Amino acid sequence: MKAAFDGSRRGLARALSHIENNQMGSIEPPSNYIPPDKNEWQVLGVTGAPGVGKSCLVDKIIQHWIEQGHKVAILAVDPTSPVTGGALLGDRLRMSNSDGEESVYFRSIATRKHGGSVPGVVAKMLELLIFCGWTKCIVETVGAGQGEIRVAAIADRILLVEAPGRGDGVQAEKAGLIELADLIVVNKSDLDGAQRTADEIRQALQVGATSPPQILLASAATGEGIEEMCVSIDQMVEREGSSRAKLLERVKAVHEQALLDSPQLENILEIVASGTSAEMALQALDKQSQQNTQKE
Amino acid sequence: MAAPLRVVVAKPGLDGHDRGAKIVARALRDAGHEVIYTGLRRTPEQIVRIVMDEDAQLLGLSSLSGAHAHLFPIICQLLVEAEMGDVVVFGGGIIPTNDRPALYEAGVRAVFGPGTTSTEIVEFIETVTEKTNSGESIGCGAKTDWHWGQ
Repeated sequence: MKAAFDGSRRGLARALSHIENNQMGSIEPPSNYIPPDKNEWQVLGVTGAPGVGKSCLVDKIIQHWIEQGHKVAILAVDPTSPVTGGALLGDRLRMSNSDGEESVYFRSIATRKHGGSVPGVVAKMLELLIFCGWTKCIVETVGAGQGEIRVAAIADRILLVEAPGRGDGVQAEKAGLIELADLIVVNKSDLDGAQRTADEIRQALQVGATSPPQILLASAATGEGIEEMCVSIDQMVEREGSSRAKLLERVKAVHEQALLDSPQLENILEIVASGTSAEMALQALDKQSQQNTQKE
Repeated sequence: MAAPLRVVVAKPGLDGHDRGAKIVARALRDAGHEVIYTGLRRTPEQIVRIVMDEDAQLLGLSSLSGAHAHLFPIICQLLVEAEMGDVVVFGGGIIPTNDRPALYEAGVRAVFGPGTTSTEIVEFIETVTEKTNSGESIGCGAKTDWHWGQ
């Protein structure tokens, strides 16, 4: 841990592994730590369906931030195979431009299935990275399933990546991600149908309530619209609706973590297995813990 | 449950054939490990940086272009210089039998040629884990004569 604060990459990598393996308690900032300006935000969540081009866009954002003098850390979250427990982490593949830069730290994370929840682990990793002086962090996740949405919700700002040819706007809405997004980029604007995809998302959002996020067209392949995207990211304002949605997801993540860490978890599962409903089991435990505190 | 092993599978140099590397990556994933694939055409420096940042315990190098004799020892040396001599390095691809002793000498602990089964590679990894757990150091910087298939 000390090595990580002293700027050692190896030390940082080791410390992150400890967090990932649930071997690290709470993290205190180093004594010489200067907290970042309150008006600046650090963590960008990038999410979207597989294959829409998240990694390629992230590569561009990294370049943009390096040019501004930032130190950029990327946490790329990929699913662990539920069958074998293994994972193939290939997000580096498309980020060749950023490899080997002193001011870029790239880490692949498998979701794993044991113990702690992913959002809890990622949040802790981000905390450590920021303490170690990484001024911008990017969390990249596949936007499918509640778990991934919750990981994205840790971020200060969320970029949702879409691409043409993925069904209508209703599909995107279904995923439950749009309400979290602060900016939507339709990637692959060099392909047919990109404009239509953007229009459909825009229409779907107009029906909804609060201020919709900005929607941009860009192409990581041709570079079209990338500069505009980077400018918009820097100026990105958190939407009122999205900040509430994020907070809700964060609270849920803490709650989930508490449940998974609870020494009572096995008891609860046993009670449920014996035929009691989960609700009753939890109530019984609540009573038990109340009695315990009274005794004390 | 113990944390899964983290393995970097890398393609150093200029060769553009990565079917073998991808199959090995897949096989290791199916054996329950976390595999980070680097993609094509990485420099030794980039590969060492990736192993460091990803905190990997193993590094698999694939080369089909004949550059193994040059690149594999450089990577082992850079790992040692970066104080990562405990990382276990193995290689694969088109690597003539005559070239292998020099690679073992440089710190590569296994060389897998065409026709290797994925089972064998998984067995190698299991052996590495056993040896490491029993306190034997077989990283690329360790002073040992051991290599796979002796």
